[in-house]
Order: sequence, then structure tokens, then C-alpha cells
Amino acid sequence: MSSLSKAFSSSIGKKVIMGITGLFLISFLLVHCFLNAFVFFNDNGLMFNIGAHFMATNWFIRAMEFVLMGGLLLHIVQGARLTFQNNAARPVKYAVANGQANSKWYSRSMGLLGTLLLIFLIVHLGNFWVVSRFTGIPTHDANGHEDLYAVMKKTFENVWLVALYALSMISLGYHLLHGFSSAFQTMGWNHKKYTPLIKCIGLWFSILIPLLFAIMPIAMYFNCIK
Amino acid sequence: MSTGNMNLTLKIWRQKNTKSKGELVDYKVANISPDMSFLEMFDVLNEQLITKGDQPIVFDHDCREGICGMCSMFINGRPHGPKNGITTCQLHMRSFKDGDTITVEPWRAQAFPVIKDLTVDRSAFDRVISAGGFISVNTGNAQDANNLPIPKANADAAFEAAACIGCGACVATCKNASAMLFVSAKVSQLALLPQGQPERYKRVQNMVAQMDAEGFGNCTNTGACEAECPKGISLENIARMNRDYLSAKFVSQEEA
Repeated sequence: MSSLSKAFSSSIGKKVIMGITGLFLISFLLVHCFLNAFVFFNDNGLMFNIGAHFMATNWFIRAMEFVLMGGLLLHIVQGARLTFQNNAARPVKYAVANGQANSKWYSRSMGLLGTLLLIFLIVHLGNFWVVSRFTGIPTHDANGHEDLYAVMKKTFENVWLVALYALSMISLGYHLLHGFSSAFQTMGWNHKKYTPLIKCIGLWFSILIPLLFAIMPIAMYFNCIK
Repeated sequence: MSTGNMNLTLKIWRQKNTKSKGELVDYKVANISPDMSFLEMFDVLNEQLITKGDQPIVFDHDCREGICGMCSMFINGRPHGPKNGITTCQLHMRSFKDGDTITVEPWRAQAFPVIKDLTVDRSAFDRVISAGGFISVNTGNAQDANNLPIPKANADAAFEAAACIGCGACVATCKNASAMLFVSAKVSQLALLPQGQPERYKRVQNMVAQMDAEGFGNCTNTGACEAECPKGISLENIARMNRDYLSAKFVSQEEA
């Protein structure tokens, strides 16, 4: 094994892969949330569809889509491997374990939260990504753009999907609450001056981004967005 | 012997040897003084067992003043029991109430096999130290004190890292049985000082490799280790070790 691949298969290397892909996925969330927030223009999705059209046709974004899929897969596979390995590192479990005395429940439940997010992701990709990439968006808006907004409206008429999306954002919030600052710690970026700032940004990021995402399907279901 | 008024039910892990399957066994102790240490309470129980002709409970202990790191015991779901910043020998029975049921288990980790009852084999830590937790020096006359100027902040941080007594509470409490806090303390105490520099990047690579070989889990930054460490070793040490490891692996051209 070469020295670099050895480094990535060490315990620290494996965590670094989680950290880097995690930070990359965080940057994706920021772009995704920003563009989706165009639905709040309340213009029957015209602005949103312009954004969607740009994302679907820009060569850089299309190239990044492959990087995103790769990063996502790496994060999922590596996360699952780490969870199994860490479980195996304690073959006999404690009869009494008082984890809440020394750590936050969500920091101990990243595997579970990640699994819930994976279930959501499969449904979510089926709802929108498969439609816009493969089966085709059926209608066009007043500007002549493919009407992804109409697909969104239609999807969020289903109360169960709205509930799944909203609840999944709670999982996302807690996953981020640990993951955001944890990624920095893993990379060794712990500093008396910057760590409190990172934790503060991480807290607000984990509240605001999932909240904005959750508001979209709920507002559409109740016809608050026209 | 015992002169107090506490009556307790103990659920204690009994295991004959590494290979056998253990179980929690119930014991009663009476007239326990609240001023006793937790280990003294165990002494009382063992005397009872010996008098009855039973096998006493095997547990690790040595200095009984919180500096050797020998005493272990996972008490009611926490290493060294319910208080922070102490070892089991520094835990007193006044931290419990009369009539309490207390569960006592050994440290549980793949890398810490049970030897008997509450005693586990922590030699994995020794092997991690042997892999690089030292400085190679030529013997000779001792240098004059303060020959080598060291910034106060570095000296303090190195001293705080060196306070690690290698008790294994970090591994015991970590949901992943990870040894990152221990190893990072042993890496940091030398990485912060000028004497540790020549072997700094070789050391971190070798010690992490040995840690992985021993079968400890991977750190997920829950922070449980820092919260339970009797010596207050900080997570900053783990970040420092990660930094050193990454620069050793991805920047340095030297192979460990």
C-alpha cells in the first residue's frame, strides 16, 4: 500500500475523509438552500425556475454534480464503515452506560441520524433529481423555462411527503450541529480564538438552513407560497 | 471495620478469566461509612467474601491517591463513578445514598481484554508508548536547568498533557472505545517541547499506527473522554495530534 493510501486508511485518515466530504456537503447545502429560497419571491416560481435552469445548464455546476455524488457516496460509505468498526471496538457492551452525563445525544447518534437522512435522500432524489434529469419535467413556465416549481407544488400536495421533509430537517439540524464543528476539530483546526466562532456559526447554520428547507414544503402545502 | 450506616446493593461483574463469559452478581454490604473511599468499600466486601470462603473480587488499585491511574471500575455507567475529575480511589461513599444499587463493570473495549472480574489488560497503552512516546537522548551529564528556553504557554500546555495517568477512562467512556485522548496527550507532551522536535513527525505516525493496530475505535468527537478524564486532558490535544499526523503524512517526505 502506498504511503498516502495508508494515511487515508488510518483512523485519523478515515475521519479526515468524513470531515472533508462533510464540509463539502455543507457548502452544497448553502447553495441548495440559497437557490431554493427563490420560491419565496412568490412569483409563481419564475425566479426559482431561472435558478433551476441555470443549475441545469451551467457546465461547471453539471461537473460539480458528479463531484457531489462522489462526495456524498464517500461520506455515506465511510460513515457506515466507521459506525460498524466503532461498534466492533466494544464487543461486550456495558449493562449500564450513562452517556448523557458526558456528551450530547446527537454527537453519539451520527450513524442513526445519517441513516435517517439517507432514507430522506432516496425519497428526495426520487421526487426531484430523477424527474429533472431522467423522466423529464412535464410543463414550462411563462418564461419558457422547464417548470420545476410546478413539480415542487405537486409533490408537496402530499401531506406525508411534507411531514417526511419537515421531520428529516430535524435530523439534518442535529447531524449538522455535531458535524459542522466536529469537521474542524478532525482537521486539527482547533484554536482558542477561532473555535468559539466556528461553534457559533455551526449552531446558527444547523438551525437556519434546515429551518428554511422545512418551511418550503410546509408553506407550499398550506398555499402560503403562490 | 465499617462504622457507618449505609446499606447498599452492588451489582458487580464477575468473570473467571479472559476466555470465560462473565455476569453481573448481586452483593449486599451493610454499615458502610460515608467517609470511606469506593475502594475501601470494596475491601469491606472482599473481607466478607473471604470470611465466607468465597473468591474475593479482583480489582486494580495501587497508590489510592489519584496519581497512579491503576484503579478503573465503570460505576453506574461512568468511568470512576459519578463525580468529575477524580479516580475511583478518590470517590467517596458520600456520593451515594443509603439503599442505592450500584452497578460496577470493568472497562469494556476490544483492546482492553478482561483479565479477571474488574481487572482489564491495559498493556495496549504501553505498546502505544513504546512505539514512540519517548525522546531518544544521549546519556551524559544533566544539562543546566533553563539551558533551553521554553515559552511559558508551551511549558504549561505540555505539563497539562503530561498529567495523563494512562488510566483508560477515555477509552472506557468513549462510545467507540477510541484511545485518541490518551495517545494525543502522549504525543502533545513531547510535541510542545524543543526536546521532542527531532522525532516529532515520526513519533505521531508510529503511535497512531500502533493505536490502530491495537483495535481501538475511531474518534467521533463526542467529547465524552474530556468530560470523564480525571486529569482534565483537553480535546485540543486531539486536534494537535491530528494536525501533526496530517502534516507528517501529507507534507513531510520522511516515512515513519
